Amino acid sequence: MTLKLGVPSKGRLMEKTFEWFADRGITLERTGSEREYAGRVDGIDGVSLILLSAGEIPRELAAGRIHLGVTGTDLVQEKLALWQQLVDPVAELGFGHADLIIAVPQMWVDVDTLDDLDAAAAAFRAHHGHRLRIATKYHRLVREFLQANGVADYALVDSQGATEGTVANETAEAIADITSSGETLRANHLKVLGDAVVLKSQATLWRSKSAEMDAAESDTLKAVLARLT
Amino acid sequence: MPTRAETLARASALRAGFEEAGAVPVEPPILQSADTLLDLYGEDIRARAYVTSDALRGEQMLRPDFTVPVVQMHMAHGAEPARYTYAGEVFRRQEDDPDRPNEFVQVGFEVFDRTDPAAADAEVFALIADALTGLPVTPVTGDIGVLMAAVDALDTTQPRKNALLRHIWRPARFRQLLDRFAGRTPMPATRAALLAGDVAQDAPAIGKRTRSEINARIDALRTDAATPPITAAEVTFIEALLDLKDTMPDALKRLHSLADDVPAIAPAVARVTARAAALDARGTDTATLTFQASFGRASMEYYDGFVFGFTADAHPDWPAIASGGRYDALTRRLGQGAAIPAVGGVMRPGLMLELEGAR
Repeated sequence: MTLKLGVPSKGRLMEKTFEWFADRGITLERTGSEREYAGRVDGIDGVSLILLSAGEIPRELAAGRIHLGVTGTDLVQEKLALWQQLVDPVAELGFGHADLIIAVPQMWVDVDTLDDLDAAAAAFRAHHGHRLRIATKYHRLVREFLQANGVADYALVDSQGATEGTVANETAEAIADITSSGETLRANHLKVLGDAVVLKSQATLWRSKSAEMDAAESDTLKAVLARLT
Repeated sequence: MPTRAETLARASALRAGFEEAGAVPVEPPILQSADTLLDLYGEDIRARAYVTSDALRGEQMLRPDFTVPVVQMHMAHGAEPARYTYAGEVFRRQEDDPDRPNEFVQVGFEVFDRTDPAAADAEVFALIADALTGLPVTPVTGDIGVLMAAVDALDTTQPRKNALLRHIWRPARFRQLLDRFAGRTPMPATRAALLAGDVAQDAPAIGKRTRSEINARIDALRTDAATPPITAAEVTFIEALLDLKDTMPDALKRLHSLADDVPAIAPAVARVTARAAALDARGTDTATLTFQASFGRASMEYYDGFVFGFTADAHPDWPAIASGGRYDALTRRLGQGAAIPAVGGVMRPGLMLELEGAR
């Protein structure tokens, strides 16, 4: 059998991953038509390429259905409880940098820290009769972060996209999202809280701790790791 | 490990014991309104409770404990005074420790009685202590009400007291606020600029939090900046209270001497004294019973008076074998205006059987 390598199936993340492997003498490419998710590996024997949504790669690694996978730190930590027991980081790939941050409207000149956010949440709840809502898709990471920092009187509301727009639409008062440059935040009149970096993320190559390997696959893994690290 | 049948049999026996002590058995539903629990506990409950949903009733939670449904039931149509007992599964999400069960059996006893709070506290504690007789467990008691009274007694503004009271159950945040109000942490540069009026308010107005709310908070921050810091002596007083852990007689001596310095905590200390007497009258050995003033602060935020827990001597890492406390404020929150003094406790028959099996 072959060693299975999971790679994001589209976009910049896929292209940069292909480049990163190419720099190390392993050629990854998509085969067939542009819409077909099949791939080929050259430059090393015994490895097969599995193209997946970046969001599903943590789950596949945890289940041991792929041996290696490329995805963001944010997705691994959000989707896998006890991720340290399920996957090992092999290499940080140096792209796909993004911080999970908490942002509030720029007009909130009185709110620059988590301490301010907590105080504003208390007053907001007393005034409006409901908790201060924070829109995010990173529920677990954000909840653990706010809990660890003693913020109360907030509620997380789910937002799977266009999160920066939720404040203007009045479905949330603040957001927690991934940002790379901050341009979208500024365009939506939001600012980042200085001490509220929940997580610094980048594209990372992970190794599954549970995927089973026969002798040949084990040898292939050693050869791949020797080439990559 | 005890079997499920053994655990349920022990739970029934314990519940029968509470019935003999005058409690009415109740059977709250497993599915609870998520709105009620979220409103009470906030987002933290999502990390603790399983959420499910349907299109008709929306989000429901698998009961993470019995206290909230028992209080709701009593506030809706309970006669006074009342004693309730129950036995059944509770469900807790576990994301960090695979060894902790996500479903376990609890047996509980709750007292709603206005006449003599100290006697009710002692009744709950003594009944549970009796049911644990012979097991290698040790109780700790505390009283959140003393700490609340101490915060209330500080010579400072009500907004500062409210901020500290709001974070009684979050020890790290409480400490941070205390340091800030005591002038021990430097003001962030952004705050200094804001108070100096150096921050332009030209960003477009978006969202539900209005400019008048923002200006109200800036006014509050200005007032706070002009308020003298909490004195070092007062910080020392709070620290002395938080550090207090001793046998009941020695703890009471210490509390009385603290109350000599800060008479405002005397009524709260008197309640601890009355409870100790009630425990003695119930046959509890208070000479060796531990009182720890900070006990119960890291638990869910509904206990506001007496708190207690029994831990397994050989397993300090286990959850409490039994625990409980007084939650007067919770009855007010759930009672829509009505309120009644209430105290209760729960036991873990599964852990009791494990302890017995290990001997």
